[in-house]
Amino acid sequence: MSDVTSPVAEQARAAPASPAELFRVFTRLAMQGFGGVLPIAQRELVERCGWLTKAEFLELLAVGQVLPGPNIVNVALMYGDRCFGWRGALAACSGLLLLPLGVVLAATVLYQQFAAQPLVAGALRGMGVVAAGLVISTGAKLVGGLKRHPLGRPVALGYALLTAALVGALRWPMAAVVLGLGSLAMAHVAWALRRDAAKAPR
Amino acid sequence: MSAPEAPFALSALLDLSRWSAVLGLHGLDAAALVGLFGHFLLLSMLAVGGAITTAPDMQRYLVQEHGWLSDAQFSASIGLAQAAPGPNILFVAVLGWNVAGVAGMLATMAGILIPSSTLAFAASRWLGSRREQLGVRAFTAGLAPLTIGLLWSTGWVLAAPVRQLVSAWLLLGITLLVMLRTKLSPMWLIALGALVGAAGWV
Repeated sequence: MSDVTSPVAEQARAAPASPAELFRVFTRLAMQGFGGVLPIAQRELVERCGWLTKAEFLELLAVGQVLPGPNIVNVALMYGDRCFGWRGALAACSGLLLLPLGVVLAATVLYQQFAAQPLVAGALRGMGVVAAGLVISTGAKLVGGLKRHPLGRPVALGYALLTAALVGALRWPMAAVVLGLGSLAMAHVAWALRRDAAKAPR
Repeated sequence: MSAPEAPFALSALLDLSRWSAVLGLHGLDAAALVGLFGHFLLLSMLAVGGAITTAPDMQRYLVQEHGWLSDAQFSASIGLAQAAPGPNILFVAVLGWNVAGVAGMLATMAGILIPSSTLAFAASRWLGSRREQLGVRAFTAGLAPLTIGLLWSTGWVLAAPVRQLVSAWLLLGITLLVMLRTKLSPMWLIALGALVGAAGWV
């Protein structure tokens, strides 16, 4: 982590003490995650616990998102593994999944009784709008993690906006955008890193 | 379930029919359960960018091909899992539960999690030991801006059903403002969304 061009030059200020603490924190963040856990994970891991910087969180999320499988489970698994090996991965994932699984199944059984109520349908719709806002604000917060990006923040932000426009507004298939624009961005970063390394060899 | 069963399938079938009797769910035979498990194993490796991207294929398999769920049951399963706390991947558990109770839930969840988690675990170790290499740096730094863009497009798509309503934009704006300017837990915003929705304003 001594490399000055590293996007994760800033170190997180704290770390979990044990797999049990990982389990507790991931259970706590999962249980607050209505309509998606990602915004809460950012708030808990970066802002409340200080276990990760914005840039570190963004890096984990970028890898978790490009790998197949649920993003947040991948993030929990990779972070848990980084802390305590396979025991940490297991602790973080089971914290994320076990208690919420019980709750969602109980909700399923309850829902079957009240599905026809317009009040319930309306509440679900309202929660959906807030969930959308939470995801958008998480993206906005992570822009701070681009501060030390090898391409500089404005160019990196350009890639983010282009991705949002292609996938969100124009509804291009995500796999195509990630492969196409993603490869372009990676080549661009590799070029920038080589240029920086040539300019200031350390 | 009247055909003579192989001994290894017997216990699973007994278990299933007991749960079916308790919960009023239709049981599947062992071969169908294995098929369900196998299909979700396959989907796990295709779920790039989150499991929700494979929902159209789950709908084709569970509703159209096998008729285990109705269209309405399928949509309600996803809506419910998004409204309940926990990772959105739990919609897979609700689908499995609605198809075949506890055995169905175990089949779909194990199927969707095992391949992708194994890969994420391996990738985490491989990347962890090479974090400072130029190729790895270009990979993660190149994808970081796209990750932010994908979050914004997810928010945009989640808000799709109510984008024509001024009140929904207001609720979205309040959510963004509170998330970016305060340390308030997102749980309160979800509660606000539920209230506003139940009142019929969005």
